[in-house]
Amino acid sequence: MLTYAIRRVLYSIPVVLIASFLLFWGVRETFDPTARLAASKDPQVQVRERQRLGLDDSIFVQYTEWLKGAVHGDFGQSSASREDVSTMISSAMGNTLQLIIIGAVVSAAIAIGVGVYSAVRQYSKLDYLFTGLSYIGIAMPPFWFGLLLIEFFVVQNRWFLSVGLHTGDGSGFNLDYLRHLALPVATLCVQIVASWSRYQRASMLDALGADYVRTARAKGVPRRKVIFKHALRNSLIPFVTVVALDFGALFGGLIITENIFAIGGMGRLFYNAILVGDVYVVEAWMVIVAVIIIFFNLLADLLYGVLDPRIRLS
Amino acid sequence: MRTEDKIGGVPAPFGSPVAVEPMSMLPTFETEPTPRSQWQLFRRRFLRHRLAVIGAVVLILLIVLCFGATYFAPYPKNHQDLLLGPTSPSREHLMGTDQLGRDTLTEILYAGQISLKIGLAVALLSTVGGTIVGAAAGYFGRITDQLLMRFTDLFLVVPAIAVLAVALKYFSSSAFDQTTVIIFVLAGLGWMYIARVVRGQVLSLKEKEFVEAARAAGGSSPRIIFRHILPNCIGPILVNATLSIAAAIVTESTLSFLGFGVQPPTTSWGNMLASAEGNYNQNTHLLYFPGLMILLTVLCVNFLGDGLRDAFDPQHKH
Repeated sequence: MLTYAIRRVLYSIPVVLIASFLLFWGVRETFDPTARLAASKDPQVQVRERQRLGLDDSIFVQYTEWLKGAVHGDFGQSSASREDVSTMISSAMGNTLQLIIIGAVVSAAIAIGVGVYSAVRQYSKLDYLFTGLSYIGIAMPPFWFGLLLIEFFVVQNRWFLSVGLHTGDGSGFNLDYLRHLALPVATLCVQIVASWSRYQRASMLDALGADYVRTARAKGVPRRKVIFKHALRNSLIPFVTVVALDFGALFGGLIITENIFAIGGMGRLFYNAILVGDVYVVEAWMVIVAVIIIFFNLLADLLYGVLDPRIRLS
Repeated sequence: MRTEDKIGGVPAPFGSPVAVEPMSMLPTFETEPTPRSQWQLFRRRFLRHRLAVIGAVVLILLIVLCFGATYFAPYPKNHQDLLLGPTSPSREHLMGTDQLGRDTLTEILYAGQISLKIGLAVALLSTVGGTIVGAAAGYFGRITDQLLMRFTDLFLVVPAIAVLAVALKYFSSSAFDQTTVIIFVLAGLGWMYIARVVRGQVLSLKEKEFVEAARAAGGSSPRIIFRHILPNCIGPILVNATLSIAAAIVTESTLSFLGFGVQPPTTSWGNMLASAEGNYNQNTHLLYFPGLMILLTVLCVNFLGDGLRDAFDPQHKH
């Protein structure tokens, strides 16, 4: 299994490198970070700035320079704000991790609850309701859901808040924080809850129909114990791997969520960077997200093997 | 078990793992057993899936209404009435009007042309591209497979927003209009999932006896792929094509909302929502209707996909 994991990681390194090079090239070709200096009276200003940024070197030299820094943890300087990209990312990561981790935990809890209920009470009224809601949740663009949430819960009712994660300079875990957090987390997770609950329902139905559940019932184990101890536990094996696989997808959703709710996190950082072609920030985002996604994909495969020893990875 | 990586700026919609329960397959008793063709069997099973039929009908209706907007729209395109300004839905304006006094229903139908055009074109292009790549990887195997699948991974890593931002800026001064650029970029970033599905299908089908027979009879590789193998994966290909219509419509609307898709004065459902954001207080109808159109379209497409899945593969569970 270890060789499998190592091989997977080795395969993905060139893929990430080539992708990051293509992105670097594309952004450099289309955006000129010195464009605003073109209007200055002294044409030498722009020339000097181009030299300082190394823009006159070939694209390969520029990329290698960046890569050298990146493997040492130095992602370069933002061309828009002149800040260190590493500093920008570490300060943005805080908000993002709060959103993602809380979002994933809440989503998984809801999805398991809904999925188990729907499976145990298959074809009940609530099961149909949940099925209908999950269809809508999957079909709805999340950004529209976010706008509707703001309309209902901020503009019309003022129950929740829609800008940032704290009011003013506030901090800490308190009611204000929760009122800020609720809507972005809902926006970020609406699709994932809908899809995970369907998945958990299917997996629970499989488990409930399995022979060992019938055996347990036949030997007189109480129904409740069969559901929670035999069926639920086994149904969580495929569910856990899906959670790990989809975890990376949450990062894509960040761009929308953080923009609508004005949260200074990774998604907003990336969005602002791509607007002005801030190549070092874009590259850093891409590499970090790719590494996270590859890690979770690998984790999903390995977890599946660990949780269900019948599966052999090759 | 899904093992596809999901990498990219915008998440793939989670259409794939969900399906409605297959309708109960009641045995039908005929007085006279007449053999049924594959197509008849397929049609019977599809028509029994009520939601899929409704989805297909609504979808066709939407397409007709949007592309025939010149005939069906109650007002001419971009017809402004500045004195009227924004109004709520009324008898004259079923979906109200916007800040410039334009009829929202009319604008939605014309915007739907762009949204649907992008959705359908992207699905078509990415399905064809993905099928070819997947079939080649699965059929030829070995080094071809390795290279093509690494190539597929490459596309999964690149964030869609960045590619679109670069492409739109790069082609902004060229002869291509933005809708075409968007279609090609979204298709270029949307073929990977279909490629993996087709590859998996081809991997198992190429071991079958009928393929061996075709090869023994001297069929060339392209002939075996296109005449013998691909017709047998038509089910998964069509199902995934519908899913990619849904994905493309949602992605387009999201990117247009963020400002990286369809740019004004061209309108799509996504950028209608972008211009509705921010005036929450008075004109909420401007926020509801374009979103409802996206929701309706994607729902119908997903139902259609479920119907096709059940019709092609009656044994499929959940």
